Amino acid sequence: MTRVAPSASEYIVRTKDLAKEYIMGGTILRALDGVVVDIRRGEYISIMGPSGSGKSTFFNMIGGLDKPTRGSVFINEVDMAQLDAAELAYLRCRTIGYIFQTFNLIPVMTALENVTLPMIFAGLSTDDAQMKGSKLLDRVGLGDRLNHKPSELSGGQQQRVAIARALANNPGIILADEPTGNLDLKTGKEIILLLKEMNDEQGVTIISATHDLKMIDVSDRVVWIRDGKIERIEDREEIDVRVGEMEGE
Amino acid sequence: MNMTLKAIFVRIGRSAITASGIFLGTAFLVSVLTQTAVLQGHQELDEAASARNIWLVTMSLVVATVGIINSMLMAVTERYKEIGTMKCLGALDRFIVRLFLLESGMLGAFGALLGALGGFLVTAAIYLIRYGSGAFARLGPAMTIRGFDMPLWLGIVGAVVLGGILAVLAAIYPAWRAAKMPPAAALRVEI
Repeated sequence: MTRVAPSASEYIVRTKDLAKEYIMGGTILRALDGVVVDIRRGEYISIMGPSGSGKSTFFNMIGGLDKPTRGSVFINEVDMAQLDAAELAYLRCRTIGYIFQTFNLIPVMTALENVTLPMIFAGLSTDDAQMKGSKLLDRVGLGDRLNHKPSELSGGQQQRVAIARALANNPGIILADEPTGNLDLKTGKEIILLLKEMNDEQGVTIISATHDLKMIDVSDRVVWIRDGKIERIEDREEIDVRVGEMEGE
Repeated sequence: MNMTLKAIFVRIGRSAITASGIFLGTAFLVSVLTQTAVLQGHQELDEAASARNIWLVTMSLVVATVGIINSMLMAVTERYKEIGTMKCLGALDRFIVRLFLLESGMLGAFGALLGALGGFLVTAAIYLIRYGSGAFARLGPAMTIRGFDMPLWLGIVGAVVLGGILAVLAAIYPAWRAAKMPPAAALRVEI
């Protein structure tokens, strides 16, 4: 574990009474209802729950992709609600890397161009960006596919590109929303392992919203969420789930 | 810039539809200008026809602009996911707007150029057939605004520039709307 600088806080993400409500027809839908979570720097934490439990809404709140109805999200002790559009863009560019279930790569761009795009937004020169991008793609195992377009890559490969892209600007946090959702069992395991390796190598905090139980093995902590509320938070040691028997390999 | 060119060519169908609106509008404008110029040269145009022409031209430009707004709205809607993703990567709102303005500007300029050419050639052909080679011997003004007689060549250049500008203006609203959406909403769209 690397020693954290004295000025950096131990908690990279904190939420206070986070709530998100939608008004549908005449009723109020409480996607999130008073969620309080403190996430430590360098942690690998999984938010788990059934569909509709609020995991994706939680993901959107932390990632600054949507505004909460109530409560606050603090990233590096900074309240996200206080940030203007430019500062939010900066945050999304440098501090947070995003990984989605549907990969969300830009279809008209090659793998390398996809990975270097956030670097360009961060102000890197094209040469520096391409060098860094190639190294990242190499690290995720796609060194020979730099110039392939997403349509020429398999699901697993696209997710690897997405992971490389998420790491483009050395973010402190990687947010993953159902990263294995569109992948088969074997590929899903590879992606989970790759994320864990990134967590170990670079100390980047990984927050993943998922209902893939395979994620439990690599997580430091698991937050169980249901109907917009936290049921419980467990350290990995406390969890007793035998996933192996379900795989049938 | 690079992204814009790629975006245009990969979605060549959509690009063609957007450009064709401006193409038709400009073609019509230029054909009317050419017609006026030739007929004025032969002293054949009367007041009523002149006024009607201006009305026709204005209407065609309005129609073309509305067509572009619609086309750009569709183009932007189809790419909500891309826009949401780019915002997640740190793109500023004005980058997104600029991206779409550039795209529509290029399509507009291209469409207007082709339209002006098409409109001129078709009208010229008609009059050459009708009047023989003497058709273009004497060209009157293409349009008279407050006593200023505009020569045909100026009218054509003006039409091309106007087409390009209209295309950019038409894209402002759709592009701005897309840029302002919260990324979560943009990414949620499934097309």
